Amino acid sequence: MSQDRHSVVQSDVIVIGGGLVGTAVAYGLARSGVAAVVLDQGDDAFRASRGNFGLVWVQGKGHDLPDYARWTRSSANRWPAFAQALMADSGVDVQLKQPGGFHPCFSDEELLERQSRLQTLQTLQDALGDYPFEMLDAAEVKARLPLIGPAVIGASYTTQDGHVNPLKLLRALHASAQVKGARLHGGVQVDRIDCAPGEFRVKAGQRCFVAPRIVLAAGLGNAALARQVGLYAPVAPNRGQVLISERVRPFLDYPTLNVRQTDEGTVQLGDSMEEVGFDDGTSTEVLAAIAKRGVSTFPLLRDVRLVRAWGALRVLSPDGFPIYQQSSAHPGAFVVTCHSGVTLAAAHALRIAPWIMGGAPLDELEVFTGDRFLTDKVFSHAH
Amino acid sequence: MRTDPLFQPVISEVRTTRTVSLTFNDQPLNVPAGMSVAAALLMSGIIRFRATPVSESPRAPYCMMGVCFECLVDIDGVPNRQSCLIEVAEGMRIRSQEGARDLIYQPMNVRAVEVQS
Repeated sequence: MSQDRHSVVQSDVIVIGGGLVGTAVAYGLARSGVAAVVLDQGDDAFRASRGNFGLVWVQGKGHDLPDYARWTRSSANRWPAFAQALMADSGVDVQLKQPGGFHPCFSDEELLERQSRLQTLQTLQDALGDYPFEMLDAAEVKARLPLIGPAVIGASYTTQDGHVNPLKLLRALHASAQVKGARLHGGVQVDRIDCAPGEFRVKAGQRCFVAPRIVLAAGLGNAALARQVGLYAPVAPNRGQVLISERVRPFLDYPTLNVRQTDEGTVQLGDSMEEVGFDDGTSTEVLAAIAKRGVSTFPLLRDVRLVRAWGALRVLSPDGFPIYQQSSAHPGAFVVTCHSGVTLAAAHALRIAPWIMGGAPLDELEVFTGDRFLTDKVFSHAH
Repeated sequence: MRTDPLFQPVISEVRTTRTVSLTFNDQPLNVPAGMSVAAALLMSGIIRFRATPVSESPRAPYCMMGVCFECLVDIDGVPNRQSCLIEVAEGMRIRSQEGARDLIYQPMNVRAVEVQS
């Protein structure tokens, strides 16, 4: 039993959410000496952080919103130093590899769509600086990925793409944040947030947490929490399903959009998107399609044994982009929510955390307020 | 490596006197018919079934019911098989599973996977 069950816990900042987003922010805060308390829900939470694919992915993101491309790249650029800091603080090697990544295409239409997205990004030189990418035909792909299948007629390749082991990342963030002084409370179901000038009180059963600042990083839980502090974060679930293979010797040096091999030999396959509400189960048809596309990409996977499958819920805003905003009704309350918790982890720790502590507002985040959804416009996400 | 077996069949439960012969890492073994490969190897004194892919540490069966994947062996050239779920058969050639399966290089007598398509 924890001692604070009936007491009030004071801190500088309360972070609601112990996933990749919340712990990255908490780590960033703790690194600069801020007393942060992280409230994590129970194991019945949806926990996108434990079901994701582990890509540090830049390619194609923000082709319709250059600010998002810029933000994504700013995080990918910071990832090597970030991984080193995690290693130093936690002793956990998150296995960051950024050798560039491939997006395999199976039809002319797919190839053209990739080309146009990436070309759009490249023309935005002012906003993005150099945006290196290559469109490769089948022979060029084969030269770099000798095991690629004949059904792949081409691919796009971006040098900044990479991947990590996402479970090791979550563990590294939990450990590093705590080593730096953040205090983690598990099994906390937040009942409500009371706002008073300069003070937020989070009630959770008999427990109460008090701080002058609060960060909502509760994934899908943010939709309901944001309303309590005068913010708008209309996030909704989008299911991805994943297949996991037996461990095999290394055969794939690069991450691809739908197939990657972990540092420990496991092959992870997936790239499905479904709107099925709060259902994180699996379905045979979708898993079969994922397997089929994986085998088309790398035919040597034909006989590989699959050992696990799962569904996990992405946290998507109506346009697919993150939401970062401070409440104007209740200053000191922030919402931080996104779908790419792995890719953006470095930015959340190194850039969002200082902003929360009153650092200069980040101009590039102005487009990511939740208020952008307070219109009649119909949104669609491009992920 | 053989030592005194840690596991012995319960005599009253042995319903067959029939045995099958098989090999483990080329070592001939006679085991009672009808039991799982994992049980047969354990009662023959085998305690190292495989080496793990990451740290290459030795492993033996743990759950004996298809859940833990600790009992993986190569059976007749097919790698990573769960030996607790497979019944022994006459002439089986079993090998310890040494680390991760190799998808690219496989023994000659195993169905080839075409990689140069």
